[in-house]
Amino acid sequence: MRERFIAFFSGLGHPFTGALIKLGFATRFFLALLRHSPMAFIRFRLTIREIWFAGVLSVLIIAVSGLFIGMVLALQGYDTLVRFGASSSLGILVALSLVRELGPVVGALLFASRAGSAITAEIGLMKAAEQLSAMEMMAVNPMARVIAPRFWGGVISMPLLAAMFSVMGIFGGYLVGVQLLGLDPGNFWSQMQGTVDLRFDVMNGVIKSVFFGIAVSLIAVFEGFDAPPTPEGVSGATTRTVVTSALVILGLDVILTAFMFRGI
Amino acid sequence: MKRGMIDFWVGLFVAAGIAAILFLALRVSSASSLPARSTYTLTANFENIGGLKVRAPVKSAGVVVGRVTSIDLDTQRYVARVTMAMDKHYEFSRDSSAEILTSGILGEQYIGITPGADNKMLAQGSTFKLTSSAIVLEQLISRFLFSKAEDGSSNTEK
Amino acid sequence: MSTPLVQLDQVRFGYGDHDILSDLSLTVQRGQVVAIMGGSGSGKTTLLRLIGGQLRARAGRVLVDGADVGGMNETALYDMRRKLGMLFQFGALFTDLSVFDNVAFPLRERAKLPESIIRDLVLMKLHAVGLRGAANLMPFELSGGMARRVALARAIALDPMLMLYDEPFTGLDPISLATIGQLIRELNDALGAASIVVTHDVAESLSLVDYVYFMADGKVIAQGTPDEVRASDHPFVKQFINGEPDGPLPFHKPAAPYAQELGLEIVRA
Repeated sequence: MRERFIAFFSGLGHPFTGALIKLGFATRFFLALLRHSPMAFIRFRLTIREIWFAGVLSVLIIAVSGLFIGMVLALQGYDTLVRFGASSSLGILVALSLVRELGPVVGALLFASRAGSAITAEIGLMKAAEQLSAMEMMAVNPMARVIAPRFWGGVISMPLLAAMFSVMGIFGGYLVGVQLLGLDPGNFWSQMQGTVDLRFDVMNGVIKSVFFGIAVSLIAVFEGFDAPPTPEGVSGATTRTVVTSALVILGLDVILTAFMFRGI
Repeated sequence: MKRGMIDFWVGLFVAAGIAAILFLALRVSSASSLPARSTYTLTANFENIGGLKVRAPVKSAGVVVGRVTSIDLDTQRYVARVTMAMDKHYEFSRDSSAEILTSGILGEQYIGITPGADNKMLAQGSTFKLTSSAIVLEQLISRFLFSKAEDGSSNTEK
Repeated sequence: MSTPLVQLDQVRFGYGDHDILSDLSLTVQRGQVVAIMGGSGSGKTTLLRLIGGQLRARAGRVLVDGADVGGMNETALYDMRRKLGMLFQFGALFTDLSVFDNVAFPLRERAKLPESIIRDLVLMKLHAVGLRGAANLMPFELSGGMARRVALARAIALDPMLMLYDEPFTGLDPISLATIGQLIRELNDALGAASIVVTHDVAESLSLVDYVYFMADGKVIAQGTPDEVRASDHPFVKQFINGEPDGPLPFHKPAAPYAQELGLEIVRA
């Protein structure tokens, strides 16, 4: 029975079994990471350093991208809304798109390429230079000392970055809508505030970004830890972090949105 | 980078992130759903609810006083039963009426309450006696066309 | 004689179907500096990882200070490693920390000491390797030999009872090489520890160590004191000491016949 079970899976070929083995290893890795996580909070200074690398250094790209996306949304949205005489709803359009979707999703995609890839490369190079091995031999667990702080630094940074992205986007929409296209600012804000719901729009957006933060940070630390200790290995792992993160973010977005959908 | 500088920038970053979330919560959105504890439940039966949806507002004189919490079909009388969570601050007399209205021509539908004159108030769980259904645009148009056609045929008879 | 500090008893280890170590046995006494010699790929580094518990033997026992490393759970393993110091081939310094912080790392992580005592200890360790003046440099500012000495200072930070050296002489100029060799001996005697030096540098290690094991094909094939080794007429030892390219340790990796792989037919007359 056992032989037939194994024979069945090996019959499926290496790409399939390889993926299963990697998934199993990733799960084991995640559990070990959670077990060693208390260290990231007991010695919070370690995590602060990672919030600096993952979060603070990503602020600029997040803020600028958010501003631009908000401006484009306002321009495109105005073009459509004005045909229905509904240009006063521009604030609603900009805010809802950003808070529900673009803030968490585009924020996470940028975060994966800015911070995720850096985390993977750093851990991969530490592994290649035997630094992780050296740490183990000094009786310091790299899971607690290196992996967990980077993971939690990313998880903490992501929702904050997504919120900044949304706010900058709304500000960009305000600049275009009110300052450039001459909409009434009072109408812009009050329509927005009247329609956007705290629980169903803002909170769900924040929840999404927390999930994305967990996913991207886990992929980044895992790929770094799993990277073959060679230059090609590290570069391949960095690419995989960005690609896998993008797919997982978009896939998770579909699932989470389906859960949060409130229409009848 | 000195430790103190990192702490400073991370502190600033976290503060800015929390400020962004607060901005989204306070300036961009409003908590339209009332907290569960300060509400009481009322129901109303309608022959047709049109496009009314769960979480649609309940308004009186234009002020939001509650939310629709559930809509289902009463299978004995085949009418729609709409349940609303009303804000405890607002009470309505027993002869108040509920009707389904539309904001603008194509806007969302909501329940409007017209207060009555009775001294007794609607209590938790009670039902509106007087309701009027949603105006369904198709029915309105077909009724209009029908009456026009009737006019036309009566004219030719003359 | 007291119980040996390290004892390997018929250890077997490998990846997949391929055995790297088969039936390896050796002992290291307290106070000894022992060299493990063998060609590249003969499983010397694997041996150090087995002692450090980073790998587990498939069969046989690895005893450190009387306890079986292979049977330890994670906590026991980390407790055991506190008594070890390991010098990696290229130092493995933490590139984001200064020399001072690198040496302070094990002290800060493993010992609950006030920062002033840590500072004194770090300067003492750096002084022992002659690099007190480099405390504020970053690892990328160091030469290969200096980096190795800093790594050595870091390895001895917690006064280990067993030092493991993975190819400590590779890629060093003769002066740095002699310095490291001298440090290995001095530190061993000062700490009262035992040291295992994995190397293929014959001249330097024979002048330094108390005992030598020769490894090939995952086994110990010869052993003895440096004098015994020099006098040995074991063909492998002679090949190794004299640096002959071919001998019992073949120059060619086993392969199909050369002519056949080149597609030549062997015409027999």
